[in-house]
Amino acid sequence: MTAKQELKKSIIASVWFMFLTFPIMVIKVNTVTHTIDWRWHNMALVGIGSFFLSMLWRYLLKKKEEGGKKDKKAGLSFIQRLLQEKQFALPGILIITLITILFPHIFSMYQTNIMTSALIFVVLGLGLNIVIGLAGLLVLGYAAFFAVGAYSYALLNLHYGVGFWIALPIGGILAALFGILLGYPVLRLRGDYLAIVTLGFGEIIRLVLENWNEFSFGPSGIKNIPKPGFFGIEMSMQTTTIYVFYIVVLLVVFTIFVINRLKNSRIGRAWVALKDDEIASQAMGIDKAKTKLRAFALGATWAGMAGVVFAAKTTFINPASFTLWESVIILCTVVLGGMGSIAGVIAGALLLILLPEYMRDFGEFRMITFGAVLILMMIFRPGGMIEDVRKTYKFEK
Amino acid sequence: MKPILEVKSMTMDFGGLRAIDSVDLSIDKGQIVALIGPNGAGKTTFFNCITGIYTPTAGDIYISSNGAADGKNERINGLKPNVVTRKGLARTFQNIRLFTSMTVLENVMIGCHAITKAGIMGAIFRGASTKSEEKLIVEKSYLILEKIGLSKYVDELAVNLPYGAQRRLEIARALATDPFLLLLDEPAAGMNPQETMELDELILKIRNSEGISILLIEHDMKLVMSLSEKIYVVDYGKKIAEGTPEEIRHNPVVIKAYLGEEVAS
Repeated sequence: MTAKQELKKSIIASVWFMFLTFPIMVIKVNTVTHTIDWRWHNMALVGIGSFFLSMLWRYLLKKKEEGGKKDKKAGLSFIQRLLQEKQFALPGILIITLITILFPHIFSMYQTNIMTSALIFVVLGLGLNIVIGLAGLLVLGYAAFFAVGAYSYALLNLHYGVGFWIALPIGGILAALFGILLGYPVLRLRGDYLAIVTLGFGEIIRLVLENWNEFSFGPSGIKNIPKPGFFGIEMSMQTTTIYVFYIVVLLVVFTIFVINRLKNSRIGRAWVALKDDEIASQAMGIDKAKTKLRAFALGATWAGMAGVVFAAKTTFINPASFTLWESVIILCTVVLGGMGSIAGVIAGALLLILLPEYMRDFGEFRMITFGAVLILMMIFRPGGMIEDVRKTYKFEK
Repeated sequence: MKPILEVKSMTMDFGGLRAIDSVDLSIDKGQIVALIGPNGAGKTTFFNCITGIYTPTAGDIYISSNGAADGKNERINGLKPNVVTRKGLARTFQNIRLFTSMTVLENVMIGCHAITKAGIMGAIFRGASTKSEEKLIVEKSYLILEKIGLSKYVDELAVNLPYGAQRRLEIARALATDPFLLLLDEPAAGMNPQETMELDELILKIRNSEGISILLIEHDMKLVMSLSEKIYVVDYGKKIAEGTPEEIRHNPVVIKAYLGEEVAS
């Protein structure tokens, strides 16, 4: 495109924006004097601003298109190459370990609490990554499994006095059962149809919890859920917070370990194959039903365990913590981070949970920025922040 | 010697449309058989019925267990595609269906899915049996790729391969399932003469070195005539001829189906 055409397009864009924003930016009704203030200078500002933004926008798009033509190796981002370098692996792990161990001692309890919530979402993101990133099953009701985990701990504790450490695997198993329960009828569905059914499933679970008062105490929720114990030792508020933080860190490490192993296994490859082409993978001998149910069950397991930890951390749960919004956030962490990529999902979850938290000062602009970041990401990096790189295998004769 | 695949008066209806009308077909061990016919004759539907994607409305499909010439007869109608593959029938697709987000090697490794066992626990704990199994399938996949002539692409993503190589990769993937019968759905479609010649050699090599029988759908008559030992011709779902390439070449019914009738002058 010539420079003249570019200019023309930007001018059209700026005129269009001036027209669109005219009612809110220019007209102001003065309710005291019953007159209208015409703020023409705002219009000029909108015009100039949108003109330059549109130029920038088109420049970035053009750059992106040129970048796409480059060869594959150079296309790997800096982080991807760093992750592949073996020599950085050990120091990298050491530094991250050190930071996580010291984190609660350096920062305040407030920071530690926020970090704990973010890490719970890392576990949720990694769990959903099995279902969406690997097996390609678009599940929109993932928070339902989270709720199953949280309520199984809360209720088991309330009625039978079951402790945290026993509830953790039980929550995972119960969620897995719910995963199979949801997975079985939707085996034939794919894509948008599956998304709608799972969305419904998520809402059903939430509505049941909200309305079945005898079972789940309705919207008022369950309170006084005990924090995790440590061989029956009494702990102060602060120590418990740090303790929960470490538990979540361990859960994250465990999740990363398991999912990394699963990803490059026979099962993991079958998931990816099923995502790419169902008919071909069946022709290769993959049992569609079994493989999909495994993905549902395993994905739900992590949500269940995260739910148990969540209940123990907040000591109070009610259905409002497991709405569609939570499902969407978890989905965003996977998509934004990079489908199928473990490092990507971790980065995505930390960013999506921590950023809004630290942007509280911006008040109402928080959600707008959040949305804008998502849109920009999808345009300029549709594969996510850290795209997944397939493992290559060595072969010695 | 009894055939390794025997189809007896198989019929497939889609609503009121009869796509296949009681077709018989049999393949002996190590034979290369071609299935030809004009577009829309029902060739691919025939493949889909054998490999379990469709369940035939009527008729029987028998295989000889493990493809042995003296094996037990097994009826395979209505089995799921993955079960059929496990029995030893592997196929390729007319419109290439590779796993595009995986590497070439992984595509072939998927083919080994049916002959390996590792489950979730095996994957997580990665015990000795899982490790050796993984090593085995990496090795096996490498060797298959070498044989097919794709070893230079091993770590490429399948989607980045040239067209001819993608077709060959489909064959490599099918071979990884350890079949006794390979069903090739238009393997030469879209290939240039050079690539078709290489494919001709490859198919012969697969048959001669492994004794795998081959059932082939193809429009390239040069390839069909040079390769096959027996040809079946179908038109509008009905079998109109069967015989050696020489017989088919001169069969008036086949010529009529392909070229239309000569108008008496």
